[in-house]
Amino acid sequence: MDRMLYLAMSGAKETALAQARNSQNLANASTTGFKASLDAFSSRPVSGPGYDTRTYAMTEDMQVDFSPGPLQATGRDLDVAVNGAGWIAVQAADGTEAYTRAGDLRVDSVGQLTTGTGLPVLGDGGPIAVPPFETLEIGSDGTISIRPLGQEANALAQVDRIKLVNPDPAELVRGEDGLIRHALMQEQPADAQVSLVGGMLEASNVNTVEAMVKMIDLARHFEMQVKMMKTAEDNDAASASLLRMS
Amino acid sequence: MNKALWIAKTGLDAQQTRMSVISNNLANVNTTGFKKGRAVFQDLIYQTVRQAGAQSAQNTELPSGLMLGTGVRTVATEKMFTQGNMTETGNALDAAIEGRGFFQILTPDGNLAYTRDGSFQLNSEGALVTSGGLEVQPGIVLPEGTQSITIAEDGTVSAQVAGNVGPLEVGALELADFVNPAGLQAIGQNLFIETQASGAPQTGNPGLDGRGSLIQGFLESSNVNTVEELVNMIETQRAYETNSKAISTADQMLQYVNNNLGR
Repeated sequence: MDRMLYLAMSGAKETALAQARNSQNLANASTTGFKASLDAFSSRPVSGPGYDTRTYAMTEDMQVDFSPGPLQATGRDLDVAVNGAGWIAVQAADGTEAYTRAGDLRVDSVGQLTTGTGLPVLGDGGPIAVPPFETLEIGSDGTISIRPLGQEANALAQVDRIKLVNPDPAELVRGEDGLIRHALMQEQPADAQVSLVGGMLEASNVNTVEAMVKMIDLARHFEMQVKMMKTAEDNDAASASLLRMS
Repeated sequence: MNKALWIAKTGLDAQQTRMSVISNNLANVNTTGFKKGRAVFQDLIYQTVRQAGAQSAQNTELPSGLMLGTGVRTVATEKMFTQGNMTETGNALDAAIEGRGFFQILTPDGNLAYTRDGSFQLNSEGALVTSGGLEVQPGIVLPEGTQSITIAEDGTVSAQVAGNVGPLEVGALELADFVNPAGLQAIGQNLFIETQASGAPQTGNPGLDGRGSLIQGFLESSNVNTVEELVNMIETQRAYETNSKAISTADQMLQYVNNNLGR
């Protein structure tokens, strides 16, 4: 069979997958703390007897784009954003330690500090429990201090410290639940250099203009592959008519 | 079908929800005791199409895999319980809460609801009711011939009745506080009801145990910041546009296949 048709087909298929990833970035353009996925195409040559004439293209995840997103002021006590590099440690649904940059925290009905999506935030020794409070302040190093209910303004109590980590970005991967983890699933030590800013949230770092341009690029690329498939068909038809008797 | 089409659709859905939340905030910019909402988004689960580190041949492995996200979802629309501005009305039956806590209101089904809207009125029996006609709990009934009414900081309600020398204490307003006010469910009419997430109410006199104190003659206005909402609206609209662009692009890609390869 004509291999050109299959080469073009795999090209179109991989481009459609890359377009799906690009749409994922666009769909999360306003998800707090979202990090865009970067992609790349790599060539997969098919070796066999004779010349290597076929090289298939394959799309793959480069890595997650760890560049910081813009900070948005919200004025809410429990909103924090990581200033610069670093991550907030949370407990994922499967009990493992995972990392996020989404700092829209809240205190649930049993007094546990959780993220906006309900995952417990980790402190020095596991999930953080906050006693009933009147006001709550999160310091730049993650220290949580509260003014307990019914206490005077000078009776501030220190509760715990949010675990902030800063592993090498090259060792971080995104899990299927969207949370960032260490590639070897190792728990990372707390890093005192990571700082938080209160009353702010980190917006998604998706560059919509770039994603839109990429969308056009991928769509045109896809059309080109389809054109190649069409050409393969035309070539086939031409040779068939040449060989036709009478 | 094309994944991009459905992923972009989740993006449109999310922005639509956000727009509804913003519209609701803007519509309630003058509602007494209204607390603004905020939509919380999360990226949906990822699908591993090709596992990183899998063998691409006997001696080589794929350096990186392929994981595709499936879009975005709205996890919650949470209420932001920041203090609204105090506006002076001079009306003796208006009370604002300075600090934490909610007034308790008896709903027609016999359950308690909670509100920060302190624009009270009197019904035909002299009972203190909300502007919706629901009775305040614990019930406060003003005696006949009441000339004036005073609501103290600690919730004590006293009335000056014609023919009496001193004011008459007719009851006390109590406030309810919650561990997690953001977990309360808004049911409209400025009312909230208790949920599993909010925790049980702790009731007591205003000004004690961290509950706020009352200010007579004032109302707490909505905590919506119009400028913030308008900026959010612009952002939402643009994000909506890009996602709809993604849908039309995915559509055109499929159309191109159909036009060129169809028989």
